[in-house]
Amino acid sequence: IPSVSSIVPESCLLIVVGLLVGGLIKGVGEKPPILKSDIFFLFLLPPIILDAGYFLPLRPFTENLGTILIFAVVGTLWNAFFLGGLMYAVCQLGGPGLNHIGLLANLLFGSIISAVDPVAVLAVFEEIHINELLHILVFGESLLNDAVTVVLYHLFEEFASFEQVTILDIILGFLSFFVVSLGGVLVGVIYGVIAAFTSRFTSHIRVIEPLFVFLYSYMAYLSAELFHLSGIMALIAAGVVMRPYVEANISHKSHTTIKYFLKMWSSVSETLIFIFLGVSTVAGHHYWNWTFVISTLFFCLIARVLGVLVLTWFINKFRIVKLTPKDQFIIAYGGLRGAIAFSLGYLLDYKHFGMRDMFLTAIITVIFFTVFVQGMTIRPLVDLLAVKKKQETKRSINEEIHTQFLDHLLTGIEDICGHYGHHHWKDKLDRFNKKYVKKCLIAGERSKEPQLIAFYHKMEMKQAIELVESGGIGKIPSAVSTVSIQNINPQTLPLERVLPALSKDKEEEIRKILRTNLQKTRQRLRSYNRHTLVADPYEEAWNQMLLRRQKARQLEQKMNNYLTVPAHKVDSPTMSRARIGSDPLAYEPKEDSENLPIITIDPASPQSPESVDLMSEEPKGCSGLPPSPEEDEEGLVMRVKEPSSPGTDDVFTPGNGDSPSNQRMLRCLSDPGPRPEPEEGEPFIPKGQ
Amino acid sequence: RGVSQGSPPVTSLLSLAVTSEQIEHLHRRFKQLSQDQLTIRKENFDSIPDLEFNPIRGKIVHAFFDKRNLRQESDGLAEEINFEDFLTIMSYFRPIEMNMDEEQLDRFRKEKLKFLFHMYDSDHDGKITLQEYRNVVEELLSGNPHLEKESARSIADGAMMEAASICVGQMGPDQVYEGITFEDFLKMWQGIDIETKMHVRFLNVDTIAHCY
Repeated sequence: IPSVSSIVPESCLLIVVGLLVGGLIKGVGEKPPILKSDIFFLFLLPPIILDAGYFLPLRPFTENLGTILIFAVVGTLWNAFFLGGLMYAVCQLGGPGLNHIGLLANLLFGSIISAVDPVAVLAVFEEIHINELLHILVFGESLLNDAVTVVLYHLFEEFASFEQVTILDIILGFLSFFVVSLGGVLVGVIYGVIAAFTSRFTSHIRVIEPLFVFLYSYMAYLSAELFHLSGIMALIAAGVVMRPYVEANISHKSHTTIKYFLKMWSSVSETLIFIFLGVSTVAGHHYWNWTFVISTLFFCLIARVLGVLVLTWFINKFRIVKLTPKDQFIIAYGGLRGAIAFSLGYLLDYKHFGMRDMFLTAIITVIFFTVFVQGMTIRPLVDLLAVKKKQETKRSINEEIHTQFLDHLLTGIEDICGHYGHHHWKDKLDRFNKKYVKKCLIAGERSKEPQLIAFYHKMEMKQAIELVESGGIGKIPSAVSTVSIQNINPQTLPLERVLPALSKDKEEEIRKILRTNLQKTRQRLRSYNRHTLVADPYEEAWNQMLLRRQKARQLEQKMNNYLTVPAHKVDSPTMSRARIGSDPLAYEPKEDSENLPIITIDPASPQSPESVDLMSEEPKGCSGLPPSPEEDEEGLVMRVKEPSSPGTDDVFTPGNGDSPSNQRMLRCLSDPGPRPEPEEGEPFIPKGQ
Repeated sequence: RGVSQGSPPVTSLLSLAVTSEQIEHLHRRFKQLSQDQLTIRKENFDSIPDLEFNPIRGKIVHAFFDKRNLRQESDGLAEEINFEDFLTIMSYFRPIEMNMDEEQLDRFRKEKLKFLFHMYDSDHDGKITLQEYRNVVEELLSGNPHLEKESARSIADGAMMEAASICVGQMGPDQVYEGITFEDFLKMWQGIDIETKMHVRFLNVDTIAHCY
């Protein structure tokens, strides 16, 4: 028996919950709360949009921008006018109950109900894992049609209070569209740049870095809404603009914080929105008119289908990758309506729109229909039509190299042909970005870091973290292979067997560096205050370690550079040390390990640096500073040594007999970020527990 | 409407499936580049200002003269190319057509990937060795003059290791991975649908020339 959640999308269940809650409240005799529009627009909607904008996959979005814009603008306009016009006709023919509804009112109604809703689309599409192209088309459309909706809504609302509408008003209305959309984007870009610029200086107060992202984005939204510009577009623009620079500036932990907070807030918002929709349905005054509601529903669907068909035919003339009928069906079917339509309807005042209740009823019906019927059936339909699903590809360094190579190649070919196409302008923008913008907005060294290097570092870090988490020997994560540098570059083979020793004083220098570094760490741990993230010293120490490593690398010969750590080799001490490091608790130190450099951190004991020792090592092993980051961390967690006195001011674990150093290290470094499936418990079971 | 004199008859170019307007345009461009000569040499490409900024311009220009790309059975570098060769190279960048079947699609894809492969494999030995890969990464990063060679090398090494693990899987300590062969190259590109990515926009194939 399939579980409920695999048939019914979450949004539907939430609406049902809302209905139940509303019914319950009503049954008790209280008046259930209705989703007020200002709560919706000011507090519930922004997190969802910011989450969508900040994590917008920029590449597919810009590649399909033309298509998305046409669907968003022309499609919504078509829907609004088609629906409005037809409903006017229906009203005229509909008998006494509907006769009094004028053309403007119907057009207003049409504009409210015609916009595809980003919240609903997100909620449903996220569960069906459709391929990237379709996702971005429908989703992008739902985001960008906000400008059109805002303009039409305000326009018709104003016109409804006019005695008559002149051509001038219509032209001004048309112009206001550009003002609203471009103005919104401009506001977003400005705030995005300010946020990026601010993040350049936050290296000393890492704790509040995420705050800037949220604050500036929200301010962008509010500023835009204040001037009746498109708040959604401002929010998206701000998120998109600030992201590359902010991510280059902020710490890894802040990045994780931002990610988690955005996901959390948007989840909560989404849930509340749907529940409130259910409650409002029960609570609201309804006026059910069969003709009106049924014809609304019917014409909505027809308008959508016709719109998509015609527009796709037009768009396919200009697209390289044409949209197949299957794609068109999904696009049409994915046009879900949601809470934005409801809130806009709710905003109508009774004075000008006496039939507001009827409108609201019709809106709710359409919303329910699209979310329930279309939302539930889209998944089996996607399977039935065998629509391409999202490919879970891991970003690899090879792909990155190839993609960049291809980009440059295509730019070059365009230049040779003399054709200034897509790649040419993108390349120009990249160069402008690199030359001027990055210098202003990114702090320090990283402003000059080319994308490939940044990507490589990110991957190294990710793999290091994965390695630490996975426990090393037992489970080899799929990213780790058993290929090492020997397999591809056999000349280095003889060198590795006889690893050259560092000269004694170089070794001493390295040890001194390590010692002072760790000492600094200990001292920092002791003075605890709210503004210092206790975990941070390790990150700073690690960063410094990386820097020193780079310097040390210039001193010594090139050593093994492991992007992936081989798992089953026992001969070379480098590798067995790597294995120890990755699973310090499961691995029982054997006699060999006596030969390996052993560093212990014992922050709990108030003693002087003597407690930090670097036991002497044989020249056989790779000395002090291994080049790769995962070995760096292993350098600190070499041997699981019980602390001489149980941690008194041990900030992390009050336990005794544990290996706080290990746990601390692993907890710092095993910072996974949101994973698709929740992790159960600690990946490491501390020894002695 | 054929192309102007001095170039081969249009019919032989039809197999490349570009329209006659595009051939005209390209011919005009060719004449511009060659300064009204019949052939182009490598030096003629220096007259394109935008190409200066391209980090891999050397490889791109080289690709035009690479005999393997010119569909000649021979190997090595041509001294100069004529318009037909120019078009041949351009045809590698034509976009996908709607009515292609599986086999055609596969051939289409392989063709484009073969072109790329030749660009990576500079010594024409049929596989991309570590040194060649390092060279590629160095060129890609050549826009940043202060960068150390170390970084480029380590990236290339890491990428090569990844490629080895994708193509060969587990490797014992004494096995040596010679280099990326074309089959391995195909495997690496499986995730990226090159047939939709590797095209230059204006080479649109809406109407095939009517000279059939």
